[in-house]
Amino acid sequence: MVPRRFVVRSSRPDTRDTRTLELSPVDGGPLAFDAGQFTMLLAFGVGEVPISISGDPTAPDPLVHTIRAVGPVSRALAGASPGTVLGVRGPFGTGWSVGDGRGGDVVFVAGGIGLAPLRPAIREVCAARADYAHVAVLYGARTPDDLLYADDLQRWAGEHDVEVQVTVDHGQHAWRGRVGVVTELVARARFDGARTLGLVCGPEVMMRYSALALLDRGVRKDRVRLSMERNMQCGVGLCGHCQLREYFVCVDGPVLPYDALEPLISRAEL
Amino acid sequence: MRSIPEYLPAHPFFAGLDDRWIELVTGCAVNAHFRAGQQLFHEGEPADTFYVVRKGRIVISTRTPTGSVVLDTVHEDDVLGWSWLVPPYRWTFDARATDETSAVRFDGACLRQKCEADPELGYALLQRVVQAMSERLRSARVRLLDLYGAPT
Repeated sequence: MVPRRFVVRSSRPDTRDTRTLELSPVDGGPLAFDAGQFTMLLAFGVGEVPISISGDPTAPDPLVHTIRAVGPVSRALAGASPGTVLGVRGPFGTGWSVGDGRGGDVVFVAGGIGLAPLRPAIREVCAARADYAHVAVLYGARTPDDLLYADDLQRWAGEHDVEVQVTVDHGQHAWRGRVGVVTELVARARFDGARTLGLVCGPEVMMRYSALALLDRGVRKDRVRLSMERNMQCGVGLCGHCQLREYFVCVDGPVLPYDALEPLISRAEL
Repeated sequence: MRSIPEYLPAHPFFAGLDDRWIELVTGCAVNAHFRAGQQLFHEGEPADTFYVVRKGRIVISTRTPTGSVVLDTVHEDDVLGWSWLVPPYRWTFDARATDETSAVRFDGACLRQKCEADPELGYALLQRVVQAMSERLRSARVRLLDLYGAPT
């Protein structure tokens, strides 16, 4: 429960409100993690928030976090300059277990900042690309300026035979790609639903519609996994702030199968 | 490029349609090609066509006092246009090819005539058009939620 001290090695802007930080431990070894897990990241004197790890699980030093500045704590974290010391607890929660998709197709559906928690799993698949059949990354963002990891998207498509499809909700005439919602990409992507593992991360409504679109393509409910977001505070299932009926999202999640979530995510205010 | 009679039965929009009906609607279809930048139709013009896009990209947009706003894009295997089916048969938005685009173009009046002559065909086509409209409506509603905007 005591945070370890990590120093910010680099800070790179991704979009107007999102930055990627690379952190190294001040003392002790690197933080081993599974793709999909999160840490509680502490800006000393400001506060602590859960942030998914967006780096490479096979190379955990540096620890990589992509942070969207939306509140006082995330603004302080995203604004941390190189040399700043931050507190890190974790890693916490369940991972994507993307290895369950070996031998079949894997479809990643990301919305907005939701690409960050999926990135470690995509890297894991790319590192063992021959173990998987068709791999698709379907990514939706608000505008072209809000797209994350442009270099990664190109590399996954160009070097790792990944079907990368990108769409934006609002695009002006200068944008040469798709305009529309990410669920439309699910209907068009080239995968065989019967042998697909679908991993979805983004705003909850987007995940619900994306999961339904995957089911429409024949993906089994227990083969669709979503990364849930609730008010995680302790990270170890004690405080109860992140309770989602019988689940504590910080320990039972954040990654949960759709068949477990189906009765929960279609209800308002749960 | 496959001929229209070869291409249409394999297209998802026409999936499950009787061979005889495919043959009927094929009689209303021609291949169409658009240069990058070429306008397909303007808002307010008579809507007498329906497109199945074979390749390329089309932008659906509308005009505002400050310029033209992109609403949607249409790509390979998408269908474009339902105003041919619904009075007063006028386009409600602008459409422009932004890449070299190929499509199957159907004559709307010809399709309507065949649908009226054979209500079963009319119903089958209407179901498909409504499904496409429903998908567009759902997409528009989800975008109205502005899911990726700053949390409130």
